Amino acid sequence: MRAEITDLEIRLLLEAIYQRFHYDFRQYALASVRRRLQQALSAMHCDSISGLQERLLHDERVFPRLLAFLTIQVTDLFRDPDFFLTLRQQVMPLLATYPSLKLWVAGCSTGEEAYSYAILLAEERLLERTLIYATDINADSLRRAKAGVYSLDRLRQFSLNYRAAGGRGSLSDYYHADRDNAVMSPALRKHITFADHSLATDSTFSEVQLVSCRNVLIYFDRELQDRALGLFAETLCPRGFLCLGTKESVRFSAHATRFDDAGFGQRIYRRVD
Amino acid sequence: MTAPEHCSDAAQPPAAVVIGGSAGSLDVLRAIVGSLPEQLACAVVIVLHMAPRAPEGLTEVLARGCALPVQQAQDKEPVQEGVVYLAPPGYHLLIESHRAFALSVDEPVHFSRPSIDVLFESACDAYGRQLLAVLLSGASPDGAAGMLEAHRRGAITIVQAPDSAESPSMPLAALALFNPTCVWTPVEITRELPALLADCRTSGAARSPA
Repeated sequence: MRAEITDLEIRLLLEAIYQRFHYDFRQYALASVRRRLQQALSAMHCDSISGLQERLLHDERVFPRLLAFLTIQVTDLFRDPDFFLTLRQQVMPLLATYPSLKLWVAGCSTGEEAYSYAILLAEERLLERTLIYATDINADSLRRAKAGVYSLDRLRQFSLNYRAAGGRGSLSDYYHADRDNAVMSPALRKHITFADHSLATDSTFSEVQLVSCRNVLIYFDRELQDRALGLFAETLCPRGFLCLGTKESVRFSAHATRFDDAGFGQRIYRRVD
Repeated sequence: MTAPEHCSDAAQPPAAVVIGGSAGSLDVLRAIVGSLPEQLACAVVIVLHMAPRAPEGLTEVLARGCALPVQQAQDKEPVQEGVVYLAPPGYHLLIESHRAFALSVDEPVHFSRPSIDVLFESACDAYGRQLLAVLLSGASPDGAAGMLEAHRRGAITIVQAPDSAESPSMPLAALALFNPTCVWTPVEITRELPALLADCRTSGAARSPA
């Protein structure tokens, strides 16, 4: 019984967030939302989700804090090095045939994925003709992504990933240290446009050759996954690349027939003509 | 030790068994899945801590001695009885209220992703007292909170006896929080668990364990 009441409270809270703040989490996978809300409850000293809803609607300082719990995703530079190695070896040579390139990193959070793409493109001598759109729904994440400042203690893991992903130089070529932080190089940053975009409520905004949306769809329910994949199909040029997380697939989607497996042994798909 | 009282309630047999293990638990885990009968009226869901980039060979290792299909749980897949599921490396595995799997890449818990607590706590929401939770050897506090939650919801809880564990700190962390239904050695677990599941289902009366 208790679990059903909690689920009801969560649905009401998500409806309140949508009506009051126009952020739509109503089709997010509930188990993860529940877990994150529990963390928010204890951090914000609330006894119940209904209690949190009461504060949310009457104290404007509550929503930005809650949004951080619901959206922020910490990831690494070159997370899943095997994926980036495949991208470098198999996908980059094909992208090189385009005179100019647009990429879309959907759900970029604090920017790690977008910078990984920028570094990879730079090393394959493609960055100069590339524009990367990196989008997210959390304005604070986007600010941090734009700043490109990461704690130095994370750099060891980043460097290991970079090397395993076939990095051609040293990761330190792409940032400078500032006290305890690494600041990503402006030469990378000027090719990335960070922008607000919601896969739940916004539509397509450009035509791109590659969409990367890794470990975002697992947080959506099937219907919202379908919406996002439909959006990607519309945004990709014919034969454009769609990159998903290692445990995500287009297979069970309403849009399954609009994508082919690229055959690289990763979750890399190509839009059917 | 008396029979787990929950088992006397024939209307509430376990619909899922969740098992968590870390350092020193692989052999126990192999023995447990090897002891499961061909016909099993519940799902078995396992989180075993591994290095993030470990080869995905665990499924094969466990499948070899197991009468049931062993597979990695997939996002959104309905949880089916008679199947042994493993959390994929690098992802938290959760169970939704409608009893389908969900994955996440949220922060590691106690440095672990997948985390035992994350699976167990979500399984508690999905199954309530229709859950049987097993915590094995390990050198991590992960799993203790999830076991406590299972205990609070009235689920059957089994903790590997610390002195039988290669790394006792995980069982000890759970035992510091509550008294589980059973504290068993690996031999007892592999002998009694299949009987416990069968008895709960068929007669509603558990055999006296150990």
